[in-house]
Amino acid sequence: MNILFLLIPIATGIGIAGVIAFIYAVRKGQFDDLSTPAYRILVDESERKIDELDSK
Amino acid sequence: MNSTVNKYDFYDDEIVKKFVIATVCWGLIAFLVGLVVALQLADWRFNFGLPWITFGRLRPLHTNAAIFAFAGNAIFAGIYHSSQRLLKARLSSDLLSNLHFWGWQLIIVSAALTLPFGYTTSKEYAELEWPIDIAITIVWVIFAVNFFLTIKNRKEQHIYVAIWFYIATIITVAVLHIVNSIAIPVTFLKSYPVYAGVQDALVQWWYGHNAVAFVLTTPFLGLMYYYIPKAVNRPVYSYRLSIIHFWSLVFIYIWAGPHHLLHTSLPNWAQSLGMVFSLMLWAPSWGGMINGLLTLRGAWDKIRTDPVVKFLIAAVTFYGMATFEGPLLSIKSVNSLAHYTDWIIGHVHAGALGWNGFLTFGMLYYLVPKLWKTNLYSVKLATTHFWIGLLGIILYIMAMWASGITQGLMWQAMDDSGNLLYPDFVETVIRLVPLYYVRFVGGLLFLLGFLIQIFNLTATVLQANKEKVKDPVAKGSRIPFKDVISESSHRSLEGLPAVFSTLVVIAVLVASAFSLIPALFTPTKMSAKSIIRPYSPLELVGRDVYIREGCYLCHSQQIRTMSSEVLRYGPASTMEESIFDHPFQWGSKRTGPDLARIGKKYPDLWHYRHMMDPREVTPKSLMPAYAWLAKDKISFDLIPKKLRIMQQLGVPYSEYEIDNSIETAQMQAATIAKELHEHGAPSGLEKTEMVALIAYLQSLGQMSIKPLEVK
Repeated sequence: MNILFLLIPIATGIGIAGVIAFIYAVRKGQFDDLSTPAYRILVDESERKIDELDSK
Repeated sequence: MNSTVNKYDFYDDEIVKKFVIATVCWGLIAFLVGLVVALQLADWRFNFGLPWITFGRLRPLHTNAAIFAFAGNAIFAGIYHSSQRLLKARLSSDLLSNLHFWGWQLIIVSAALTLPFGYTTSKEYAELEWPIDIAITIVWVIFAVNFFLTIKNRKEQHIYVAIWFYIATIITVAVLHIVNSIAIPVTFLKSYPVYAGVQDALVQWWYGHNAVAFVLTTPFLGLMYYYIPKAVNRPVYSYRLSIIHFWSLVFIYIWAGPHHLLHTSLPNWAQSLGMVFSLMLWAPSWGGMINGLLTLRGAWDKIRTDPVVKFLIAAVTFYGMATFEGPLLSIKSVNSLAHYTDWIIGHVHAGALGWNGFLTFGMLYYLVPKLWKTNLYSVKLATTHFWIGLLGIILYIMAMWASGITQGLMWQAMDDSGNLLYPDFVETVIRLVPLYYVRFVGGLLFLLGFLIQIFNLTATVLQANKEKVKDPVAKGSRIPFKDVISESSHRSLEGLPAVFSTLVVIAVLVASAFSLIPALFTPTKMSAKSIIRPYSPLELVGRDVYIREGCYLCHSQQIRTMSSEVLRYGPASTMEESIFDHPFQWGSKRTGPDLARIGKKYPDLWHYRHMMDPREVTPKSLMPAYAWLAKDKISFDLIPKKLRIMQQLGVPYSEYEIDNSIETAQMQAATIAKELHEHGAPSGLEKTEMVALIAYLQSLGQMSIKPLEVK
């Protein structure tokens, strides 16, 4: 079961990388606003133009 | 106004179109091959006696085509389409995008050209041989660099949750693929993994489980979080919940792999760890499902009218079902019934057909009209596709539930005096044949639905206006890392140094792993030598035949620690017994019986007749015949090299054994062939793979020098 000396560090490493990424994202203000991003993806300037192109 | 049009003012949708077309083409092939293997399980005659389309060689082609060709191309199409819009930036480099596309298609073609000919590592969903593994790594790095440079160039400060899911996919798949694929080449298309036995099993299922997690789950969740809100024009139910969904999945998934090895010789604590983490996955998975479904709040009527919404919502429902079933199957007591049976196949297909398939179909119905700037040719046909496909999936998974539970119960059934009620394995298989036909019909309906979709999408593209209208990049507030956009060719090349530096880092990591890993394992192997003997040269050759023919896809080599198993097959398998197995052959499905202790159970002639025509010795057997083994010749000259590599990996072969390996193999082959001939088999078998395979089969369970104690 020596493989655990490889797998556990890798799995933990991925976990730690996740924690670091999470902290970094929080500090960068990624999660300061958790309501508008969900709406923002719906407002897509380019797609409004396509709708105009559509002959309905 | 600028007279020159800057391409970075527009999204690159040409690459998305390419991936969409590839998804459709490979999907067709993956489903067709799936249908063929389903038919072969119902009736063995459907391989028409051709080696390259027997079940053992086609099943890896089916799984690889479904996962990496169909789902893979769908992911790339969706990621490239949605990311550009979410990041408000064109993909960083057209060159990298195209290298990614053509590289990936080349990998798929090489898989289709190697797997049917038996070039396989036998590690499930990682069967491709080492040159293709290297190509996968390179193409994946190209994809990663292209993607991360696009993030760097983004004009939107906030990184939407879908992008997080894509990032996790890219990073984790790279790590999994490299760690699981480390192997030493024997020839251009043959290699031995550095891991053996229980270690190899643990690495493989750590990979296998996370391939499901990070190829078939996280990227599709990212797509879900983009395409469902877009399709219903409503924000996701709870953005906060989506963030929690993401982070909890990332932390929990990676530990759940051992649930594929419950009741095996893997140490108990590792099994329990896998089970606990699998149970923990219930919460985030269902949180994500509910989040996806409730996005429709106030717009439920769209399920009735919009085929895109129909497909996406059904997909999320299947996600919920499959992620409920997964942790359930990870509970040890449930697993003891379900493992090695068709229940697992049903579970996998609830995910693959329902979740990945339907999400992809919904995405295609959304994307194709958008990309080609037209309307869907026929909503009615799309709705027909939905119902036919849904019926197909339901038939498929219900048949597999019934089949799996039936067989699981029959294996365990005992009478009052503690004897097996169905000691003859074949009894438990023939009972399932009608269900295999139901499964075939289910698959046929699913394929039929897809054919309707292909027609519908083709008609959509054909009716499209030929005028080229491009989507301009939306305006964003963030100043991109590189705001000077030039048309010069250097921009398309700037990603390449990043590709090369990443490849160098990987090369260094792999090289260090090479020197480190064998050193980790050698001491255990030396101590095992006193209990277990390594394979003889001929047995090793036979083992490679066993791997080539994909025997592990229907036969396990792992007797679980359950009384019904011990009664049927003998003492439970131990860790030591597979310590020299590069790669391990524990298997994951029993369409035929376990072979861990098949050695010396039957005479050589029985095996010969069984390979020539299984029904001669086991009436009603489902196994295809392997008559070509009596013609195909052994490459004796490769044997010393094979032993040498095994020795480097820590298998205790002496120099004398390696130097004389060809003679030793020829002598053993001659002995077996002579005995076969004496008992009525034709003469001249001593140079054929038949004798090698028989030698290997007769060694199974017979490797211990000290007799095993019956527990």
